[in-house]
Amino acid sequence: MWWFVSPAIVFGSDALDHLNSIEGKRALIVTDEQMRRLGFVEEVEQHLKEVGKLIEVFDRVEPEPSLENVSSGVDVANRFQPDLLVALGGGSCIDAAKAIWILYERPDLRLKEVSALTELKLRKKARLVAIPTTSGTGSDATWVAVITDKAEGLKLDYITSRELVPDISILDPRFCMKMPRNLTAQTGLDALTHGIEAYVTTWRTDFSDALAMRVVQLVFKYLEKAYTNPDDVEAREKMHNAASMAGLAFSNSHLGIAHSMGHTLGAVYKMTHGLSVALSNLYVMQFNRDVAGEKYAEIARGLGITASSTKEAAAALVSAQKDLMNRLHQPVTLSQSGIDRSRMVLDMKTLIERTNMSACTFVAPRVPSSKELENLYLYALEGREVDF
Amino acid sequence: MAKFPSEDWIKLFKDAVNSNAQYQDAAKTWEGDFLFVVKPDSALKEEATFYVDLWHGKCRDAALVKPGETKQTAFVYEGLYGNWMKLINKQIDPIQGLLTGKFKLRGDMLKVLRAVGAAKALVDTASKVPTEFT
Repeated sequence: MWWFVSPAIVFGSDALDHLNSIEGKRALIVTDEQMRRLGFVEEVEQHLKEVGKLIEVFDRVEPEPSLENVSSGVDVANRFQPDLLVALGGGSCIDAAKAIWILYERPDLRLKEVSALTELKLRKKARLVAIPTTSGTGSDATWVAVITDKAEGLKLDYITSRELVPDISILDPRFCMKMPRNLTAQTGLDALTHGIEAYVTTWRTDFSDALAMRVVQLVFKYLEKAYTNPDDVEAREKMHNAASMAGLAFSNSHLGIAHSMGHTLGAVYKMTHGLSVALSNLYVMQFNRDVAGEKYAEIARGLGITASSTKEAAAALVSAQKDLMNRLHQPVTLSQSGIDRSRMVLDMKTLIERTNMSACTFVAPRVPSSKELENLYLYALEGREVDF
Repeated sequence: MAKFPSEDWIKLFKDAVNSNAQYQDAAKTWEGDFLFVVKPDSALKEEATFYVDLWHGKCRDAALVKPGETKQTAFVYEGLYGNWMKLINKQIDPIQGLLTGKFKLRGDMLKVLRAVGAAKALVDTASKVPTEFT
């Protein structure tokens, strides 16, 4: 047995209007200053006020929120006592909202000790609505909240529970129209990596496969369009849907080494998440070719790539992702992204330890040894073809 | 070939762990002993418990716990015989087993979650022991 868990998803233009129908009297908006500057907070407030809700706003979510950042949000929640949490923003805001929710409802818990086996028993005080503004981490549809432990330099990627899936996800493309190009590229690549990794994990199911395949098709068709022409409403909407679908896929099937490496690169070098996982995926796909080649080939065929063999098709998928990243003006090696070789060599023990501690590692189709991980990082640094 | 669960099986398992370079690499920082409890079901009449002491990639000790003997360990991982069979045959993995209630774990769950590579390598090792099930 396994599960497939999804929020109720409201999507399309004017999806935000659904806020007017959601029950609750006291709404805490969890967001960041950028959302306020863009006027998104005001839009959401307006909808909530129209139906008489009392509102409080915590707009201090940081990028890659830390335990301390979450704690500040919990203080606000405890003072305001909301019955509705509205997460407005990218993955950082949504993950922060989930973490705040846990500690607001369960002050007896320590976030670092929360895992998939913890019975959270949420929804006694509040429900969670997620309004993603990037396309994206898919956090509006996932079981997980990724919070950074600054003291240990770790991303806590095991704070997981079926209960953490938001009650409602509102996918209104108006919020992603203003994403700058680089953010469009990198969040879109995050969605792509979610789709590809979800398709090959050892926990994948028919449900996650169907979503993952469609995600990859949508990203290859629409990401470059959204990047090149930010005002392309159709492309923005399709990417916004794809990001949530990717979240649904991986949330129910888990991820792999590209995310283990990506989380580690993010924690150690502050590399942005979408770039770190997509770049890592270029090398992880090569590393997995003998165990997951047929699955990569299926994706390639799903993209209309013709090849004379499974091996060729799988290789073509790697090339296709690399070409896409080039067209999106994204680095395809870690050195291109600014990581210095001598520093990486010094950090290697830490990189390997932290990658091995990632919850994404164990469902990978091929789990690397420490030496293989070291080589994966070095090959990704130099852009070498993986030959082990 | 050894019958599961039995003293013979756990001795083979110990040898397999200590000769598995992949496990040793994955578990090189692991410190913690286990009781693996095989609960009876329709195929197994009596409960059986293994004591397994894992330390820095090696299995220092492994034995079938005698009836009436008590041992305090850092972890206890227990499940029905039928689920142990599925685990060893890699039809379920140890973490999914926990999440679906097929197995229970007592002990520091976070320590286990941070060592999932080692857990996977340990199950891989068990799957390579020539095993006879009831």
